[in-house]
Amino acid sequence: MAYLELNNICKTYGHADDAPEVLSNINLSIEEGEFVAIVGFTGSGKTTLVNLINGLITATSGEVLFKGQQVSGTSHERGVIFQNYSLLPWLTVAQNIYMAVKVVFPKKSKSELHALVADYIEMVNLTPAMNKRPNELSGGMRQRVAVARALAMKPEMIIMDEPLGALDALTRGNLQDEILNIWGKEKRTALLITNDVDEGIYMADRIIPLRPGPNATLGPEFKINIDRPRDKTALNDDPNFKSTRNAIIEYLMDIGNQRKSDVQKEYVLPDLQPKSFVGHF
Amino acid sequence: MKQSITLGRVSKFMGLGFLSTLKDLFTGNLEREDFISFLRKVIVPLASILLFIGMWHLGAKALYQREANFKVEKALTDQGPAAADEMKACIASGDVSCQPNTLPAPSQVWDSYKSLLKDHNAISADKAAFKEKTEVLNTERIASGLDPITYTGRPSFIDQIIMSLKTVFAGFLLALIIAVPLGILIGLSPTLRSAFNWFIQIFKPVSPVVWYLLVFMIVKTILIDSTDDSSFIISFISVGLCSMWATLVNTAMGVSSVDKDYINVAKVLKLGPIQKVFKVILPSSLPLIFTGLKITLSVAWMVLIAIELLAQSPGLGLFVWEEFQNGANDSNSKIIVAMFVIGIIGFLLDRIMLTIQNAVSFNKNEGI
Repeated sequence: MAYLELNNICKTYGHADDAPEVLSNINLSIEEGEFVAIVGFTGSGKTTLVNLINGLITATSGEVLFKGQQVSGTSHERGVIFQNYSLLPWLTVAQNIYMAVKVVFPKKSKSELHALVADYIEMVNLTPAMNKRPNELSGGMRQRVAVARALAMKPEMIIMDEPLGALDALTRGNLQDEILNIWGKEKRTALLITNDVDEGIYMADRIIPLRPGPNATLGPEFKINIDRPRDKTALNDDPNFKSTRNAIIEYLMDIGNQRKSDVQKEYVLPDLQPKSFVGHF
Repeated sequence: MKQSITLGRVSKFMGLGFLSTLKDLFTGNLEREDFISFLRKVIVPLASILLFIGMWHLGAKALYQREANFKVEKALTDQGPAAADEMKACIASGDVSCQPNTLPAPSQVWDSYKSLLKDHNAISADKAAFKEKTEVLNTERIASGLDPITYTGRPSFIDQIIMSLKTVFAGFLLALIIAVPLGILIGLSPTLRSAFNWFIQIFKPVSPVVWYLLVFMIVKTILIDSTDDSSFIISFISVGLCSMWATLVNTAMGVSSVDKDYINVAKVLKLGPIQKVFKVILPSSLPLIFTGLKITLSVAWMVLIAIELLAQSPGLGLFVWEEFQNGANDSNSKIIVAMFVIGIIGFLLDRIMLTIQNAVSFNKNEGI
């Protein structure tokens, strides 16, 4: 039995019979300790899929099984890193994380919790900014706080919804390494949603493209057989990397073109000629 | 890192930025650009104040002249040239009995201000003397179970200002105690929202005078066997009821429109309902709640005058009304003094609330 299983998931918003299906027939299984990336176009239903898995919304039909149990509502076992960092602006970095760990570990003493918070802030290299509010931080720093908050809750599985989408390329690279580092150390199961194929290949064991919605469904999976730790600069010359990357991009481009041709209609224009206005003046 | 508190920060925070410019002027590190902003922030307001006083002076003079001419003309037609000359001489001599009664000039208002202060000092001295005189007697009376003798002379202008401030703060507190919890409940529950909606929509626009009458009807009956003066109670309740609506509506709106991201955080952390309210919903709606409270305080101060006037509560409203009824020679200028005092206190109250509001507010997109 897989660690996380999605069976025939369909999701529609609204109640009308003709309401469009955002997701249809999603089947996915993730093993324990695996790092899976789902790659898709923007607007293809990625966030809906994430919210289904972490329990913020429920599926219209089909089931989400986590360790064999039906998912109903959120759980501390599945940590989430949101696309927009979702920090509480009236709390400092430390307070944001403290609030999370306090809820997850109600039995720990105050000093233990503070030590835990300090550890995770240290881990994302934010110790100097510990007592700052989110508005005093850059986007990258905010996202690191969000990463620290999600990891400090010690979830068994970590779900990332385009966590690095809003960051510049350099910061993004650094954070990718940091996330991989932590994942490597604690060997948790991870699900990464991204629109960046390179990021997926660099980080994941398996890449699954999401065919764009409406009626979004998962495409065939691509295994990434590159040894860890992966070296970003060497990766560019790796033939394995190149072929996988090309295959995925080709697949995605194909779907993109298909979608375009699907909606291409021929519009018959009425045969009109402009009147001559000369005579009226 | 803790930010140090400097004059510049504090004054900027309170919207009194010119203070730091003034400091720079005296310490001599003023740049050219700063000088232009100094001109704009200090010289221009000062000049406009002077211009205002000048126009007021000229206007008052013209009105005075018109009224004086009318009086002389009237004496001429009613009683003949001799009476007209007499009236002219009387006006010129500054005799109190025949002065034109119109808009007072700035200098008269300033004189009235000084005389009100003098009056206050006299009354305070009188009070102190009274206290001294009755001290022995009062301790005896208290010892034998009687009420002490209290000062029953008229209140001074300062006493009336303090009374007004007391009334407005009591009313503000009442509004706070009613509107904030109620607003939170309404904001949290769509059912309560639709239950209260008609109530808010209908009572929000009701005029202060009508609120006063309503409160009067109820409080009068409740306190029917009390002999104490109920004017303070009636006026502060009316002020509170008039002014609470802004807070009620803003709180309900703030609570019901919390950013979805914050709600998602609360869900992912699996906060309980009470924790969710206190850790996520309330902090995120604090800025709107304080905006409401700021409006409430300024509305409370504005309606206070009318309500005190009706309730005969010995505050500024009653002062204005009594001076108007009084019709003494300096009554008009005392009314203008009261007008300025009301305006300045209202401005200060607004600044205090703005400072508190700035302290608790945050940019909505900061965490995202």
